[in-house]
Amino acid sequence: MVLLAVGVVALAAEWVTGGLATGLIAVLIVSVVAIIWIAIMGGLEARRALAPYGLLKPGILWLSLFFLAPLWSMFEMSLSSKKSRFDFFPKFTWDWSNYTKALTDYAPQFGRSFLYASIATILTLLIGYPLAYAIAFRGGKYRTMLLGLVAVPFFTSYLIRTLAWQNLLADAGPVVSIMKTLRLENILEWLHIMDNGRLINTPAAVIGGLTYNFLPFMILPIYVSLEKIDVRLVDASMDLYTTASGAFRRVVLPLSMPGIFAGSLLVFIPAAGDFVNAKFLGSPETTMIGSSIQDQFLVQLNYPLAAAMSFVLMAVITVSVLIYARFMGTEDLA
Amino acid sequence: MTAAHDTKQKWGRGVINGIAGAAMLYLFAPIIVIVVFSFNNPKGKFNIVWRGFTLKNWAHPFSQPELTDALVVSLKVAFISTVIATLLGTCIALALSRYKFKGSGAVNLFLVLPLTSPEVVLGSSLATLFLSRGVSFGIVTVIIAHVMFQVSFVAVTLRARIRGFDWSLEQAAMDLGASPGRAFWKVTFPLILPGILAAALLSFALSIDDFIITFFNAGSLVTFPLQIFGASRVAIPAQINVLATMLLMGSITIMVGALIINSRRNRLNNGSEAKG
Repeated sequence: MVLLAVGVVALAAEWVTGGLATGLIAVLIVSVVAIIWIAIMGGLEARRALAPYGLLKPGILWLSLFFLAPLWSMFEMSLSSKKSRFDFFPKFTWDWSNYTKALTDYAPQFGRSFLYASIATILTLLIGYPLAYAIAFRGGKYRTMLLGLVAVPFFTSYLIRTLAWQNLLADAGPVVSIMKTLRLENILEWLHIMDNGRLINTPAAVIGGLTYNFLPFMILPIYVSLEKIDVRLVDASMDLYTTASGAFRRVVLPLSMPGIFAGSLLVFIPAAGDFVNAKFLGSPETTMIGSSIQDQFLVQLNYPLAAAMSFVLMAVITVSVLIYARFMGTEDLA
Repeated sequence: MTAAHDTKQKWGRGVINGIAGAAMLYLFAPIIVIVVFSFNNPKGKFNIVWRGFTLKNWAHPFSQPELTDALVVSLKVAFISTVIATLLGTCIALALSRYKFKGSGAVNLFLVLPLTSPEVVLGSSLATLFLSRGVSFGIVTVIIAHVMFQVSFVAVTLRARIRGFDWSLEQAAMDLGASPGRAFWKVTFPLILPGILAAALLSFALSIDDFIITFFNAGSLVTFPLQIFGASRVAIPAQINVLATMLLMGSITIMVGALIINSRRNRLNNGSEAKG
């Protein structure tokens, strides 16, 4: 199975060419035919042993071809450069300068991406946990309905939702005018949330948009882990004379940790790579790394630099996820 | 328990319910804006400031041909990619939950990876592959890209759904003389079908809504999100809000329908259990 997947990647990445490639294709075809042959003609035992591989094969091959192989070709691209100005397509040259350029020229964008994504993750946790808690423990028979209600806003388009925040946060929009009637502008200015009476095009607007758009990815996993908790455990701890907050701290919170872990990954990762919120709600001073990658790739057509930036983004995310997993004491990603 | 303790607890409850209520309001604020502004009568090209109530956007929801065309493209892409991804993903989920085999841990990890990679990386790397192999961008590349993230999604959600499935039912059918194929199609398949449909519906929604990965792999193809993104710099017609409200209503109807069918089935099941 693994060998087959490696074979497909090798083909797609052109590690092997000519006769070897033909041989590899032949091996692939023969193995697929063999599995089908055994599945039809073989005895029950043989069939049972091969069934999982037969079922896995098409999907895994698809993922190898269109998820793994692309990562390889992007790695190759990140070390490529154009020999002359007239080359349309860059050549593989072990050119590490793309990485130094990505790290030096785009350090502010990387910094902003991880800062905004971290703040958004913390905010989704602060907003999402009480909501998931209220639905799981106070929802009663309306639990499913309330959970469905949480999902409803996300049935509209992601871009339209973000555009709606543009309306809400606009200079003449409802949020600004409510803040002004409540005389909160000075506090908000002091907190650096508002900038000269404006909410739109500030870092706060971008973080708010990220928080909003990825909130359900925090609520749902936390809800799932809270729902599994046996309420009698809480009762038992209260019988043993802890306070309500003690019961929460020592029983409910530890048991919901897997949900918090999964939720924060599901918020942090897409938020760090997002560029829609920065584009619609931010200003040129709030661009995130996602928009720089998109700009280099689709506008400047500087594929090697875009590839190097993507790789750095992925490396930093992987490392921070591993550190976080160690810190949370869990290795169960799924 | 003391009275002071009780009031403290009540306070705690009030605070949590208050935050939960505010969070709900936060979730729905933009939705209210979208629906309300579908009745706006904007002056100029941007539907941002409220200029008065009108029904004319609703009377001509398809008057923006680019918008309607893009919606049709999106529906087509979502339909094809969901069918392929549901087939592939269901096979993977079945293999993972039905059989114990070597390497299932690696397969699990492999499945989660696309879901935990940022979309920019997925989109740009796939586009790099297509570029370096000289594949021209269009509907095929977009469908390939969508299937890529949908397969993982369908496999992971469906595996979670059928984790507690009682596989001895299939064995029982075979003991009663059914062939393995017949046992699967007559016993297992009907029981896991709701889970498959739910995963397919959600991945359909993911496909329709996908912007970032599509943006890298679309070439000159324009899907609904791409059209909105392109238009948002030049003009935001109120028809966008009308179509968004329609999509919203459609999905709510499907969801409520599914809920009703589900609860009715549960009631039927409970009823027959009570009788039996």
